[in-house]
Amino acid sequence: MNAPAFAVGQRVRIADRAPPVHHRVPSYAKGKVGLIERVCGLHGEPEKFIRGDGMPARRIYRVRIPQSDLWQNYEGTDRDKLEIEIFEHWLELAE
Amino acid sequence: MTDNDHDHSRTFQPDHAEPTSEGARVGLALRELLIGAGHYTPEEEQEVIAAMQGASPADGGRIVARAWTDPAYKDRLLENGATAIRELGYELEPYEFTVMENDANTHNVIVCTLCSCYPRSLLGMSPAWYKSASYRSRVVREPRIVLAEFGVELTDEVDVRVHDSTAELRYMVLPQRPDGTDEWSEEKLAALITRDSLIGTQRVLRTD
Repeated sequence: MNAPAFAVGQRVRIADRAPPVHHRVPSYAKGKVGLIERVCGLHGEPEKFIRGDGMPARRIYRVRIPQSDLWQNYEGTDRDKLEIEIFEHWLELAE
Repeated sequence: MTDNDHDHSRTFQPDHAEPTSEGARVGLALRELLIGAGHYTPEEEQEVIAAMQGASPADGGRIVARAWTDPAYKDRLLENGATAIRELGYELEPYEFTVMENDANTHNVIVCTLCSCYPRSLLGMSPAWYKSASYRSRVVREPRIVLAEFGVELTDEVDVRVHDSTAELRYMVLPQRPDGTDEWSEEKLAALITRDSLIGTQRVLRTD
């Protein structure tokens, strides 16, 4: 039960959607592709938690995204990275 | 805590004014309603505030000093921060705690773009600039420029890793041990560590 859907190193895309409720995905990361850096624990789903019920809990992953994929004209190297926590229901496997 | 707060003009921010925004007023009204309805008491609120104020970057300093002097502890700290930190007797909120290690080719810096998540239960209250819209919006987009403003000069040989604390994890940076401190005691090492070095807005620790 609740086995992780993704493994470290897999390429994932963060969903590009905007539910009209509290959610924990900043707009700059929506639609972006990164690698699973770490599989984390199960936590209450923010979209439901804000209404008093976060269950069933959802898996969190840390996703590593190249900075140059996030920002136009990024001032830095192509090895600079951003790492962000994303709930499983916001992720899908990417090519 | 060292006298670090006093000698860096970059950490200066004016005091926050009394709440005047609509959001702040709503927050105060909500507090009155929650207390009035018996969800918690003002005494309980004071206890939580006191616990947060009791935590300080000195606690983070002791954890870093242990990691510098005990390689097995460092491995445990990087593997599972919360477990390793509790091992030293610190009470943490039930967050996952992730420790990110700086080295010669890596610099880590922490932000919460969505609000201002901060490891309060370990490091105490966050500095005002950490909560500012400027820091939160800019350090993800132009980290090298923001870090330079904090006095952190990075060559292209150093990779920047920005950690956006968007959900349930909390972070602390494990700064590099300064050269020339091989013979230092754990206690003396702990005193070197500053709040900003644990957030990642300082890279080099001063030993003078």
